[in-house]
Amino acid sequence: MISLTPAEIDALLLSLRISGVAVACALPIAVLTATALALGRFPGRFILDAIVHLPLILPPVVMGYLLLIGFGTRAPLGAWLYETFDIRFVFSWTGAALASAIVSFPFQVRAIRLSLENINHGLYQAAESLGAGPIDRFFSLTLPLAWPGIIAGAITAFAASLGEFGAIITFVSNVPGETRTLPLAIYTAIQTPGGELAAARLAALSIGLAFAGLMLSELAMRRIRKRAAS
Amino acid sequence: MSITINVSHNIGKFSLDADFSIAGPGITALFGPSGSGKTTIINIIAGLTRPQRGHVQLNEHVLFDHARSINVPVRKRRVGYVFQDARLFPHLSVRDNLYYGAKRNPVKLSAPDQQEIIDMLGIRELLDRLPSNLSGGEKQRIALGRALLANPDVLLLDEPLSALDQARKEEILPYFENLRDQRKLPILYVSHAIDEVARLADQMVVIENGQTLASGSVFDMLGRTDLAPLAGQFDTGTVLPARIASRDPKAQVSFLETAGQRIVVPYLGQPVNTQVRIHIRARDVLISRTPPEGLSANNIIPVTIIRMTESTENTVDVSLAFGHDTDALHAGTAPDRPILHARITSWSSGRLNLGLHQKVFAVIKSVTVNGNLRDH
Repeated sequence: MISLTPAEIDALLLSLRISGVAVACALPIAVLTATALALGRFPGRFILDAIVHLPLILPPVVMGYLLLIGFGTRAPLGAWLYETFDIRFVFSWTGAALASAIVSFPFQVRAIRLSLENINHGLYQAAESLGAGPIDRFFSLTLPLAWPGIIAGAITAFAASLGEFGAIITFVSNVPGETRTLPLAIYTAIQTPGGELAAARLAALSIGLAFAGLMLSELAMRRIRKRAAS
Repeated sequence: MSITINVSHNIGKFSLDADFSIAGPGITALFGPSGSGKTTIINIIAGLTRPQRGHVQLNEHVLFDHARSINVPVRKRRVGYVFQDARLFPHLSVRDNLYYGAKRNPVKLSAPDQQEIIDMLGIRELLDRLPSNLSGGEKQRIALGRALLANPDVLLLDEPLSALDQARKEEILPYFENLRDQRKLPILYVSHAIDEVARLADQMVVIENGQTLASGSVFDMLGRTDLAPLAGQFDTGTVLPARIASRDPKAQVSFLETAGQRIVVPYLGQPVNTQVRIHIRARDVLISRTPPEGLSANNIIPVTIIRMTESTENTVDVSLAFGHDTDALHAGTAPDRPILHARITSWSSGRLNLGLHQKVFAVIKSVTVNGNLRDH
């Protein structure tokens, strides 16, 4: 067993907390967005699709920069949030969670959308003929049938957000105990003379976490395919 | 109970003009070749397709009226729809599937009625299973049960047997017969299989190319020889109600009686006096000018020629009224007399010198008997 220093344990727990909060807050929005993209027919659907996928393509530093412009305490939206709700993102772990949520959002939407598109549209017609309205159908059919996709999306997004570096360091900097997540701790260790061993330990930990996340997500995706085949 | 539909709807080059009405309980077959618009018609009744013009009415409820901008949502139409592909909800148990509609319908069936439906369909032992573990026939029975438990005003069946093999069809047909005989529910049954129609339907609407060609009782419609465009599939014939008069298990035959005429068929399991239907295809009927002897065919019926129609493929469709008492036929005092249809070649007809009002003998090569096979 690798023994971690208290600061490293802090970084691990902080990473888990930031990713957990990011995924939990983004999940309902991801479900709605995926539903709109998979089942909705509205003007601007293509543009919404592009915006959702933008964080996958953009350099994370650009994402961090955009967040700084939008949510910095002197930016209009950031200032309003700070004055009205006392919510401050800059230099705070909540800012890291916001950055992680946005960067990992496309992973969630893609997995959920895939499972929604796998649902046989005829089932909705059957439910409708049996007296179920749109909201009823969403909760009695859509959600339970998309459940494996939602789980898979959440796990992938969680794993991806554990690894987020560029957006976090640009937006909320590298504050120990507040915004120094695993990747930032690794970066700091590498920058510190004699920190090679610490960097290796943390890197191994990161690899283990990512691997576990991908395996869980693959298991969930298998369940979707099995269900789609039945 | 009545359904009136008078709609037109264009999809690309295909134009649908459906105009018919159905009154009373029982099964009405929507019959026609694939792509003739049968499914579109029931989708319009269910509300899944919105027609461009027209009017749809179920009992006193107007479901759709283009002129008055009425379009009742699908979920409020109280139609029970059984799809070709069952469409059971894969994440729900058979029980939850069955009660999905019942839970959402404000006008519920009584608990004993619900149990009766489950027993009628023989699905009680399947209640805790998931749909993925069911056979095709079982899935269709559950789909039928799910529609019935929702207590609909009309049942729409879209070729519910077409995805099944013959053995599975035989397994399910008796349930439809029970349904027809026990529940006072109008049923629209889409089919392109004349055997199913002859066996199940009371009324029949013939659809071709999106147009309503003809509608009426199945006994009349199956005898129509003028529905020529459908000739191949339509397979003119005769459907007659009959009663099992006696049976001889040793000789493996049963004797049926229809309109005073005895007809011999292969042994049937059902008890004496059971009502069955017999279906005789026009091409299985031979005509003889003299009482034939020494034939292997068992059924020789004295008949009178009442109509002869040349059809396109060098064949003649001959309508034959039961009996040799032509006077009664002429006087019109025997309107209910069964009419048999024979399809023979023009050459045979000329050779025998057949003509109207001639007294001849019909020789029936084979008879299909359909009855409630569950009661033996």
